[in-house]
Amino acid sequence: VVLRGLVDAASPVAANGPGSWLWWEWIPDHADAIRANLVEHIVLTGWSVLFGVVIAAPLAVLARRRRATRGALVAVANVLYTLPSVAVLGILFPIFGLERRTAVIALTAYTLAILVRAMLDGLDSVAPEVLDAADGMGYSRGARLFRVELPLAAPAILTGIRQATVSTIGLVTVTFIVSQGGLGRFIAESYRRDFRTPLTVATVLSFALAVAADLMLVFVGRIALPWKRVERP
Amino acid sequence: VTFLADVVDWFTDGAHWRGPDGIPTLTRNHLQVSFAALAVAAAIAAPIGTVLGHRGRGGVVAINLANLFRAVPTYALLVLAVQLTGISAPSGFGWTGSFQAFLALGALGIPPILANSYLSIREVGPELTDAARGMGMRERDVLWRVELPNAIALQLTGLRTAMVAIVATATLASFTGYPTLALPIARGLAVGDDVRVFAGATLVALLAVAVDGLLAAAGRRVIPKPLRHRPARLARAA
Repeated sequence: VVLRGLVDAASPVAANGPGSWLWWEWIPDHADAIRANLVEHIVLTGWSVLFGVVIAAPLAVLARRRRATRGALVAVANVLYTLPSVAVLGILFPIFGLERRTAVIALTAYTLAILVRAMLDGLDSVAPEVLDAADGMGYSRGARLFRVELPLAAPAILTGIRQATVSTIGLVTVTFIVSQGGLGRFIAESYRRDFRTPLTVATVLSFALAVAADLMLVFVGRIALPWKRVERP
Repeated sequence: VTFLADVVDWFTDGAHWRGPDGIPTLTRNHLQVSFAALAVAAAIAAPIGTVLGHRGRGGVVAINLANLFRAVPTYALLVLAVQLTGISAPSGFGWTGSFQAFLALGALGIPPILANSYLSIREVGPELTDAARGMGMRERDVLWRVELPNAIALQLTGLRTAMVAIVATATLASFTGYPTLALPIARGLAVGDDVRVFAGATLVALLAVAVDGLLAAAGRRVIPKPLRHRPARLARAA
């Protein structure tokens, strides 16, 4: 109720009507669409972060074996980070069409850019004397990776996953251009129709989703990685 | 192969290089609004971040603000700016290209510049600043002659990070009424023209990489020579 009062007070147009920033009647009438777009938003984010982790992890581990590979991987990650999603979507569109896969591939490219860097940084942060100790104890290369390096790198990797997740949730809205978009569909609707309520709803929900996902990942980190408090990014 | 030949034909068609929707004009629009937004964002955020860093206060706020801001969809920001300013732009802002896009892009650029400015000063070790004070330098000299020269690499990282986001979001302005280089993508998608979408996407990708490369090159020249060996790390620290 307080929020509603604030929103109404801030609204320069009608206090609460179709012309205001938030027309409350619109929400129950569009509950199904809100739910569908929110679910789509979560699904697009989920697949993109998941594919990003699954692809970035082996790449990072392999790239660390040779300096040249590593340099090449970092360079590719930097270019991917620089490319606007609109451009990536436009390049993929002729091949994959107005489909969900187009959006997921483009978003995965973006999560990869963040995750590759985070994983390399995480693995680099393991102290050399720890590695020497592991070698001295007779760990094989694989055992050392899974039992020593990954656990120690995990907090930094989790920070990368949080960053990738939060950024992707914001970026999903852009995929409206290939007829996806999750909550971005509402934003597009607001622009075309000169009707603000969908914009407000989409912005608030997207922001809330990002914060919720971030907190959830912090929580998961506390439980799964009890040996070290998760660092803030 | 036919597809790529069509794309080449699109690029060699003289009509796509002329007029208000021609590639040169669209490129100029894109760069104009992006650099205007970056300049204003930097003018606001860099001094604030620098002073906060020097005083060692308010950093938590700056960094959390930057992190929170990442959760705001940039597309929503653009449409919000359109809704806030109506259709007409106030006079005197012609240099921004599009006042609405400029507002959104400028707002977008502030948090990363603020956070990196703050961090850049904080990263200068106390061994340097203590030595400077011990030599009898005044606070302003500590800031101008010790902290800032050492912090410049990170300050530039902030600018680059902001510009990547600004140039990327400026592409979306083509979908909200201001013709930037992504206009062929917007028009092509509306009519299902693969070739035009692909050609536009190539242009946007090239522009983004070129602008980032340009800022990187400019950055290397600005950094004082003795400090150039240090890699400009901590990218996207915030």
